[in-house]
Amino acid sequence: MPRIPIGTLLALREEAKGRRATLTLAKAIVFTLYGMPPVLAGLLVYLLLSTSGPLGILGWLYTPVGMVLAQVLIVTPIVAGVTYSAVSSVGRDVKDAARSLGARGWALAATVIEEARLGVLTAIMVGFGRAISEVGAVLIVGGNIRGSTRVLTTAIVLETSRGNFTEAVALGGILLGIGFVIFLFLYRTQQQGHR
Amino acid sequence: MTAVDVKGVCKAFGDRRVLDGIELAVEPGEIFALLGPSGSGKTTLLRIVAGLESADEGSVSFGDGVSGNGIPGRDVGFVMQRPAAFRRTVFENVAYGLRLREVPEEKIDRQVATALDRVGLAAARDAKAWTLSAGEAQRMCFARAAVLEPRVLLLDEVTANLDPTNVALLEAAIRGYNALVGATVLIVTHNPFQARRVGQRAGLLLDGKLIEVSDVRAFFESPKDARTRAFVRGEMPY
Repeated sequence: MPRIPIGTLLALREEAKGRRATLTLAKAIVFTLYGMPPVLAGLLVYLLLSTSGPLGILGWLYTPVGMVLAQVLIVTPIVAGVTYSAVSSVGRDVKDAARSLGARGWALAATVIEEARLGVLTAIMVGFGRAISEVGAVLIVGGNIRGSTRVLTTAIVLETSRGNFTEAVALGGILLGIGFVIFLFLYRTQQQGHR
Repeated sequence: MTAVDVKGVCKAFGDRRVLDGIELAVEPGEIFALLGPSGSGKTTLLRIVAGLESADEGSVSFGDGVSGNGIPGRDVGFVMQRPAAFRRTVFENVAYGLRLREVPEEKIDRQVATALDRVGLAAARDAKAWTLSAGEAQRMCFARAAVLEPRVLLLDEVTANLDPTNVALLEAAIRGYNALVGATVLIVTHNPFQARRVGQRAGLLLDGKLIEVSDVRAFFESPKDARTRAFVRGEMPY
C-alpha cells in the first residue's frame, strides 16, 4: 500500500512546473528497478542486515522482518510504476474538475486514486503476484528456517532438492490455490468498479 | 465595483501568442457571453480566470465578497466543455464539493436534491455517472458546480455537442441560477445565437484580442467593428 502514494506523487508532480529533472530521475529509477533480479535484492538486504552491515544491530537477518524488507524492495518499483501509469491516465478534465471544486493536496490525490482505482487494483494484484511467487531473496535473507522463515516457495525448493517431488507439487498446488482465491477476490472487486 | 476584472492578460504557448493584453470587466450579477471562433483564446482566458492556468502577464481580480483570486473552488465555479464526471453516482458527483467543505450530511442531501431538481436530474440521483447521456452528464456537472452557489460561475462551451433539448435545459438552468443566486456568469461560446439568448452583454475575442464589448442588443444589431459584424452575420470563415 505505501507504494501507491509513490506512484501517485510521481504522476501528480509531473503536471507541476519545475523539478522536471528530479522527476525524470525518479521515474528512471522506478522503471529500472522493475527488472531488478530478486536474488540481487536479497543480497543487498542480506549485506544490510548481516552482523557487519549498517543495520546488523537490529538482528533482522534470518527473521520474517528481514524477509518482508526484501519483498518491499522487490515489489515497491512495480506497484509504484503501475500506479504511476494508472494515475497518469486519469484525464486532465477530471483533475481540473476536482481542483475547480476545491480539491487540493491529499483531497486531490485521494480523488485521483479513486478515479484510477481499477489501475491501482491492478498494481496491487501485480505486486501481490510478484511477492507470493518470490523465492530467491527470501531464501537468502530468511535462511529457510523451519517454523520461522520457511515459506511455501522456499519449502518447494527444499523438497525438490531432497527429491520429494510429490510434496513439492502439493505445496505448489496450495500456493496456487491461495493465489487463486486472493486474485479472485481482487478481480471481483476490480470488475465491480466497471459496473 | 466589477465582479471579475481582467487586466492586461497575456498568454503564449511556446511561440504562439494565445492572449494579447486582454482587458475585461464583468459586472456583478450579469451574464456575460464571450464569443469567438475556435482557437481564439476563449478557453485559455476562462481557465486563467478560473485559476487553472497562469497568465504570463496581467492579472485577474474579483469583486467584494468573492474569494476567488486565482483560487478556484471557493466562490468561483467552473464547468468545462466536456463533462468531466467522476466515476461515482450522480449524487456523489454533486455532493463532492460539499463534502470537501465538510457540510453536514442532512444538508448535503437537501442541497443535492434541490440542485438535481433544477437541472431535471432528480430521478437519476442514484445512477452511475458513466451511464448518463452526454447532455445529462453535462447537466450533472453544472449542478455539481452550482450546488456550491459560487458568486462567479464560469462556463466553457458547456452546450457544445449537445442536442437542442439539452441545450434548452442547460440554458434555462443558467438563467435560473443567475436569477436565483444573483451570481455573475461568464459563458464562453462560439454560438452567436446562444450568446443572444442567454447573455446580457457580449464580447468578441479574435486571435487573442478582445475586439468589441457591448450589451447584447447593440452587439448583434449595431456592432461597431467590421469583424464583429462579420462574426454575427456568420460571414467569418473559421
